[in-house]
Amino acid sequence: MSGLPILSLMLAVPTVAAIACVFASDRNARFIALGATLIDFALGLMMWAQFDVGGAQWQFQELHEGLFGRFNYALGIDGMALMLIMLSVFLMPLCILASWESITKRVGLYMAMFLIMEVVMLGVFAAQDLLLFYIFFEAGLIPMYFIIGIWGGANRKYAAFKFFLYTLLGSVLMLIAMIAMIGEAGTTDIPTLLVYNFPPEMQTWLWLAFFASLAVKMPMWPVHTWLPDAHVQAPTAGSMILAGVLLKMGSYGFIRFMMPMFPEASAQFMWIVFALSMIAVVYTSLVALVQSDMKKLIAYSSVAHMAIVTAGLYALNQQGIEGALIIMLSHGVVSAALFFCVGVIYDRLHTREIDRYGGLAVNMPAYALFFMLFTMASIGLPGTSGFVGEFLSLAGIYEASSAVAFVCTTGIILGAAYMLYLYRRVVFGELTKDDVKAMPDLNPREWAILAPLAAVALWMGVYPESFLAPMRGDVTTVVARLAPAKPAGDAHLAASKPKPASAAHGEAHHAGGVQ
Amino acid sequence: MTADLALIWPELILTIGGLITLMLGTFFGDRAVGLYQLAAMLTLAIAAAAVVTMFGTDATVFSGTLSVDSFGGFSKLLIYAASFVCLFIAPRFFKDGMRAEYPALIIFAALGMGIMASARDLMTLYVGLELNSLAAYVLASFMRTDDRSSEAGLKYFVLGALASGILLYGISLLYGFTGTTDFAGVATAMGGELNIGLIFGIVFVIAGLAFKISAVPFHMWTPDVYEGAPTPVTAFFATAPKVAAMALLTRVVIDAMGPAIGAWQQILIFLALASIILGAVGAIGQKNIKRLLAYSSINNVGYMLIGLAAGTQQGVEGVLTYLLVYVVTTVGAFLVVLQFRDAEGNQVESIPALAGLSQRRPGLAGAFAVFLFSLAGIPPLFGFWPKYLVFEAAVNANLVPLAVAGIVASVIGAYYYIAIIKTMFFDDKSETEFPAGGGVVVEDAVITASALWLSVVGYLFIPALAALSASAAGVLF
Repeated sequence: MSGLPILSLMLAVPTVAAIACVFASDRNARFIALGATLIDFALGLMMWAQFDVGGAQWQFQELHEGLFGRFNYALGIDGMALMLIMLSVFLMPLCILASWESITKRVGLYMAMFLIMEVVMLGVFAAQDLLLFYIFFEAGLIPMYFIIGIWGGANRKYAAFKFFLYTLLGSVLMLIAMIAMIGEAGTTDIPTLLVYNFPPEMQTWLWLAFFASLAVKMPMWPVHTWLPDAHVQAPTAGSMILAGVLLKMGSYGFIRFMMPMFPEASAQFMWIVFALSMIAVVYTSLVALVQSDMKKLIAYSSVAHMAIVTAGLYALNQQGIEGALIIMLSHGVVSAALFFCVGVIYDRLHTREIDRYGGLAVNMPAYALFFMLFTMASIGLPGTSGFVGEFLSLAGIYEASSAVAFVCTTGIILGAAYMLYLYRRVVFGELTKDDVKAMPDLNPREWAILAPLAAVALWMGVYPESFLAPMRGDVTTVVARLAPAKPAGDAHLAASKPKPASAAHGEAHHAGGVQ
Repeated sequence: MTADLALIWPELILTIGGLITLMLGTFFGDRAVGLYQLAAMLTLAIAAAAVVTMFGTDATVFSGTLSVDSFGGFSKLLIYAASFVCLFIAPRFFKDGMRAEYPALIIFAALGMGIMASARDLMTLYVGLELNSLAAYVLASFMRTDDRSSEAGLKYFVLGALASGILLYGISLLYGFTGTTDFAGVATAMGGELNIGLIFGIVFVIAGLAFKISAVPFHMWTPDVYEGAPTPVTAFFATAPKVAAMALLTRVVIDAMGPAIGAWQQILIFLALASIILGAVGAIGQKNIKRLLAYSSINNVGYMLIGLAAGTQQGVEGVLTYLLVYVVTTVGAFLVVLQFRDAEGNQVESIPALAGLSQRRPGLAGAFAVFLFSLAGIPPLFGFWPKYLVFEAAVNANLVPLAVAGIVASVIGAYYYIAIIKTMFFDDKSETEFPAGGGVVVEDAVITASALWLSVVGYLFIPALAALSASAAGVLF
């Protein structure tokens, strides 16, 4: 590792750029924001290149003790955080590009808010101090409140309030739990807390407090109702970042905190998570099926996908968690792409009503192709990123409980139904409406956004090992931590011959040694 | 006796400075009001310097009726600083109506508050409180021609007198049942068996002081007085007396009633929760920005009481940090409110008139947003930190349900703060113009500095704040 404090640099670049944007003219603000996010992307790539897969659990660590007195400025990443940081820095320049023409008023402030959003997201994934994490975690509310409230749709104020208060109500309980943890363990250092054994009865209510917070952020049924409103009203780029990264903060909290810190409680409450996930997968898929608003449909599909993530995580085994992580990354790319696809036609016709479109395949062939690819990726067609994650997590869930796997798989089928139905109504059919006929195909800027998203979706589908490899050791660590408490699954898989997974076993041993 | 005098330099300086200001006023009338203002500000600055030089001494003077310690020092610095700012912003508000009494009254109020913060005897407590209150009643009704101001003064006076009566009754009960007015003596008596008389004494004293910090259910006067009083005076009421009364309450419950924690803890818990919830709910329908800030102050006092209810040193440290951050935020917020002027230069207090302010005065709206988010305690703004401290103290004192209730109620509070931000940033421009000119450079500088400090910069000061509040709170334990 070089001496360059790369994580701090990644936080500093957008911070400085955000301040500059506030004072810059509209045109300059766009370029400053794009430049800053591209620099961060380059730094992210550099970090990924330097990341030592299979090496120390925590890398790129930075620690400034005493800077904040009671808590530390401590940064550092493991493989999971690295991947989520990569997702954030990859999506950010695309979001800026996506707002290039559609945002015309108060551009400087808009760009500043997005850059602050980037700082917050990177901070959440890189923080190694519990309070630092919390500060970043909640700080995301402010820029998103402004993004929805100022540049959103007709009902934006209601959606902004709902988003803010809903997620705030969730996260405050987590703060009380954190205070109790700090009091019990006597430290705010996350790596230390990860191996601290909290008394089981304390774990129970700590788990519940964290769950209350993260379930809202995720969002899980029945506290998901803020999400469709927020998505529908947010500007395109706001939806992209909300679905792409902000929802992942919830599931990141599950795997970073709840599972390794409260293993007993996790095993104890496994069925609550399963039950809520099962309801969510089926219910929100059915709700998505009857939506007439494109963004709302994709928003509900996000809830369904995140439910498979939670179920996969709480399978508490290697495949389930790895699969859930891949879904997180895949959904980050694919849902952002889908929201952008909606944005493309929204910019042309200024409506999200599905019925107002139809026959786009005729006059927008390139668009139809991209939209098709992302629809398939969302459904989980083999060869796309969605398949890898869903297959892995369902395999993991099956190991834990075949009934849950059955219900979740139903969700996948329903997912195919609502996505294909959406695609048919928007892209196929007769091109009859005059205003739709007049819509031009993708311009170079839109190409520049969709092409990288498509490339990543395919890359993740064809060679997921690039993304799985850095995270595998971390997943093994979590699984090992959960092992003593984990209930036996009902699958009774018989291992007849030596599994190729012995390599992974060796890594488990290795990662355990690092702990 | 002379040794005692050497230890009360700040009080002496204020007394002499206040008298000089008054004398000057009698000689030169209202013409030279700028001079008195300068003299008063200078007096406060010198007194603050005296406090700084004496920081760290721990002594009692005048037969143990007054203590000179870092707890009092910390409070006095905050009080003097807040009074200084409220003096400084006054002339622009009053324009021609500024009279010679204003600086002198502020000085005497500050003197009274300093005594409140250092009292360690029930009698000194009362003297300090009344010295401050008398000045405050006059200040509230300072705009004689304005009906609302006169009403505010009268209301404050009547209710304040009632509260003083309750407090005095409590003091006489404590004296009657313990045989002493000395805090330490009262504490010794509380260490024994608590009889009904002592419990009544505790209840009445706390009720009387709760009026001063405007904790629910003794808050009724606050919105009316805040709305009616001239804005610089409102800013003064929202900051300095809150610090003094909170410091006084802390000293009384920890020093004088420490052993009887079981008796007062539940009272404070009730006051805390009632203030948080009522302060939040009451603010929702408000259309006047000053009334809203009044409810906001009630709400914030509730959080301070959570720290105090813990009854531990950690809790008191939390309260002191909270006071400091609260004063900075409130001063900043009122400075912004003072700049809300329409094209004719009239003060704008209506919240709907602020619609679209972010497009007319982006800097001002941005700063106000920082203050409001900070009052709501949303990280990364610094207002989060004192809230964290008091919740931490409550959790560590096994008051988890209190902490949970308080933090959940903070979401209700967040609603009205973000509602104003919505008005300023999301709504279309209102008809009110808000011309930019007329702002004093120093005023803008203070707003900018406090907004910056309350954004992430404040976190860098945590070690210093922690050391300061620990040394201040340490003397009580």
